[in-house]
Amino acid sequence: MSRVTDAPGLWALASRVLGRELTLAGRHWDQVAQPLLFFVIVVTLFPLATSPDLAQLRQIAPGVVWVAAMLSSLLALESLFRPDVEDGTMEQWVLSEQPLAWMLLMKTAAHWLVSGLPLVILSPLLGTGLGVPVSAWPVLMASLALGTAALSMLGAIGAALTVGVRRGNVLLALLVLPLEVPVLIFGARAVSLGMTGEAVAGPLNLLAAILILAVSLGPMAMAAAIRIGVES
Amino acid sequence: MNWTWFHKFASPPHAYRLLGTLRPWLFWPAVVLMLWAVYNGLFVAPTDYQQGDSFRIMYVHVPSASLSLMVYSMMAIAAGIGIIWRMKLAHAVAAGCAVIGAWFTVLALVTGAIWGKPMWGAWWAWDPRLTSELILLFLYLGYMALRASYDDVQRADRASGILAVVGIVNVPIVKYSVQWWNSLHQGSSLSLTGSSAIDPSMLPPLLAMMVGFLLFFGAILCDRVRAEILTRERNAGWLSEAA
Repeated sequence: MSRVTDAPGLWALASRVLGRELTLAGRHWDQVAQPLLFFVIVVTLFPLATSPDLAQLRQIAPGVVWVAAMLSSLLALESLFRPDVEDGTMEQWVLSEQPLAWMLLMKTAAHWLVSGLPLVILSPLLGTGLGVPVSAWPVLMASLALGTAALSMLGAIGAALTVGVRRGNVLLALLVLPLEVPVLIFGARAVSLGMTGEAVAGPLNLLAAILILAVSLGPMAMAAAIRIGVES
Repeated sequence: MNWTWFHKFASPPHAYRLLGTLRPWLFWPAVVLMLWAVYNGLFVAPTDYQQGDSFRIMYVHVPSASLSLMVYSMMAIAAGIGIIWRMKLAHAVAAGCAVIGAWFTVLALVTGAIWGKPMWGAWWAWDPRLTSELILLFLYLGYMALRASYDDVQRADRASGILAVVGIVNVPIVKYSVQWWNSLHQGSSLSLTGSSAIDPSMLPPLLAMMVGFLLFFGAILCDRVRAEILTRERNAGWLSEAA
């Protein structure tokens, strides 16, 4: 077996993976938009189900935005690895002599750029609809930015584990949602503290800590799971 | 260091026989301890001055709650061993742990609710311990669901093993986040009244019950692992020789 001599370095590899994923997302922008639309619709359902009174909505706003973000992230995860496993791309990734964990980390990062980041940008708009004051916008966006990234990383482990399973989408929710509870707690807490003008550094730091932990250990679990998923 | 005992234990026929020998030594002491504890806990231990006779449910609740977490750790460690050393027996142990652990969690939640109704006036309260116990149950169920969805045993082993290891990293985070969430939601009005300052006369049955539950868990685990070995090795030669 001869080693590939013109193998790219880590950063070149990262930019290739990112470039590929973003190009693919650009070509299937309708699929990328669906989870976002879902996010908007779920948030819209809450005023309809409870009451249009802004004072009441303001109380549940952090929870509503965060639960909707979690569900939307779950929906987006379904298409993270599955198409690549089905068309054989992932098999080539596993067989290539490149670090699989690193490539999966980059793939997940690209996934966050097209599914998490738009959600962060959209959140002030929806927040306003639920009575979140402008002063709490930075906290809302910061908590969602850190939180959705952590959700993407944790969810990617679940997506990798269920990729070899038929009808894995309900299973994915079952596996991932309990793992994501801390992110929900800290994220919603940061927003509700921010809305009352209290210090938000605590929950935001904890969210960042979860994100760092997930980024450092998650890819290894993903790689191991993907290896199981492609051998069949 | 000599590792033959380790590899010998990992061989299915040997493990099958060993677990069969071990089982009665765990099961009968467990039965004796539990009967003794039930008698002493229900009839001998004095009535609590505050909780009346309701406190007696603690003799089931506390052992199952403590075991629910211990079994999860054991499951994750077994799964980790199974992944690292590719040891099938370890995966069988993890699979056996999951079902028993999930039942201990259910038992802890149910007895907690039965105790909570007369004490707190509600079947359920969003107390940090209750909430993290509930999430633990979800983790168990997720593990079992993932196992069940793979047709191939080897792949089921490894996939669910990864989930168990990821889960055990997450358990302390969940625990602390839930505690913190609750402490900000409301004052800690609810706590198990004086579980540390327990009356000496109530303690021996509780300790006996905890050891009894532990031994009982060991005995049931022996059964489950043996059943798991039988399923996995159903085509192996040593089984038809033994039969």
